[in-house]
Amino acid sequence: MLLLAFELYARRAAALGSDALAPVSAAVKAFAGAAMDGSLWQATAFTLGTAALGLLVGGALALAGGIALGLSPRAARMGFMTTELLRTVPSVALIPLAMLMFGFGVRMELAIVAFATFWPLLLLVQAAVRQVEPRLLEVSHVLGLSVHERALKIVLPAIAARLFVALRLGVAVALVVAVTVEIAANPHGMGYAMMIAQQSFDPALMLAWLGWIGVVGYAVNAGMLRMQQRVARRMGAAA
Amino acid sequence: MKAPARGGWLGSALVLAALVALWWAASNGGWVSRVFLPTPQATWASLAEGFNFTGSGHGELAAWTRDTVARMLQGWLLASLLGVALGVLVGASAAARAWLQPMLEFIRPLPASAVLPLAISIFGLSPRMVLAVVAFGAMWPVLLATVHGLATVDARLAEAARCLQLSRAAFIFKIGLPHALPDILAGTRLALTIALIVAVVGEMIASQGGLGQAILLAARAFRASDLFAGIVLLGLIGFASNALLALAEQRLLRWQRP
Repeated sequence: MLLLAFELYARRAAALGSDALAPVSAAVKAFAGAAMDGSLWQATAFTLGTAALGLLVGGALALAGGIALGLSPRAARMGFMTTELLRTVPSVALIPLAMLMFGFGVRMELAIVAFATFWPLLLLVQAAVRQVEPRLLEVSHVLGLSVHERALKIVLPAIAARLFVALRLGVAVALVVAVTVEIAANPHGMGYAMMIAQQSFDPALMLAWLGWIGVVGYAVNAGMLRMQQRVARRMGAAA
Repeated sequence: MKAPARGGWLGSALVLAALVALWWAASNGGWVSRVFLPTPQATWASLAEGFNFTGSGHGELAAWTRDTVARMLQGWLLASLLGVALGVLVGASAAARAWLQPMLEFIRPLPASAVLPLAISIFGLSPRMVLAVVAFGAMWPVLLATVHGLATVDARLAEAARCLQLSRAAFIFKIGLPHALPDILAGTRLALTIALIVAVVGEMIASQGGLGQAILLAARAFRASDLFAGIVLLGLIGFASNALLALAEQRLLRWQRP
């Protein structure tokens, strides 16, 4: 099946123009070159690391906020308008702001990734908490658990399976946003390497990066899917 | 997310007002440097000047907003049409599905903005380029939703269609597409969000006039109030488009609920 993709690719490259496209073989060669001199791994590590850290920050905040909003309908009602308004601010709109506040570098990208992953995760966690069996919550009331204990001992285990679904979405979002930030502003990572290749009229290297970003995204998604299935299976066995 | 009950609006509006008040206090009280966080008044003044409310400004913000919204909508429309058309082509035949699915799965996680450099070197720095990338990036959710919707048509419905000797086109239009409609609408909603994001990124990189370019320039010139005005506008665009589509979705799917 992938052969077909290759075929399409090669045909387009066969009709290649001057400095816009390059044949696949040249891209592969450029890719090998980048892999050899280490720039490939460095940039990939930067992008993935920042995406993961941003996801961690955004996810942790979203988890706390989502549990609070999910447990207390009143808080959810009160926060409704605020979350609805802030949620729709496109994450890329914050690139200039983050640039202003943090300058270039890890922190800026981190902030944007965290913001972008925070909202969808918040909604998903909140929805997950709502669907926790009400009887479990009643039990916790009867046992006189504190809010803190209730969140840790009852709610977290109950929503763990759903959390993984949310996490998978978050990983996808984080990766996309990280690459976008690098393309638009941040002079580090895979996105920037690709922009530089384009600006220095090196189509082979650019296509190599494009392909590599695709491979990385695919691999990360596939890995998450497998992990989710494994966790789901184990939880199913436990229950 | 469901809208809260009537009494909830007051509370949520209050929280929002409290947040704005906090913003006001933080910026006026000098807790945070004004370079990063302009006062709400300054942001409002930038908005008013940009939209020429008072007659003192030039109204550039209005023009930029129009550009960005137009780009987003055009790209989104193109993406929706292409997505549904291609989705039908792929989804209608099992063979095509088996052949193309792996490729689609491979391209799907690719960030739309990653295609920008490629598009720049093919189309050059033109409005067409940004439009192409917006359409390309926003097409995937629609396409995948269409394929998915067509693939999950009940086998019994397909059998019934065969008994009725419906042609393939009739099957798609009378059974397949209506069945896929909820999926497609959800896909278009996602596509609209992506379209806005890609439009903004495209404007930033390809320096096409629009809000994306405007906020980038504002940040580089340390005009924080203009920057915030742009962010507020983008948020409003996102909010409005999302709300409109949700409304349209409810309308269009009314026949599904008894």
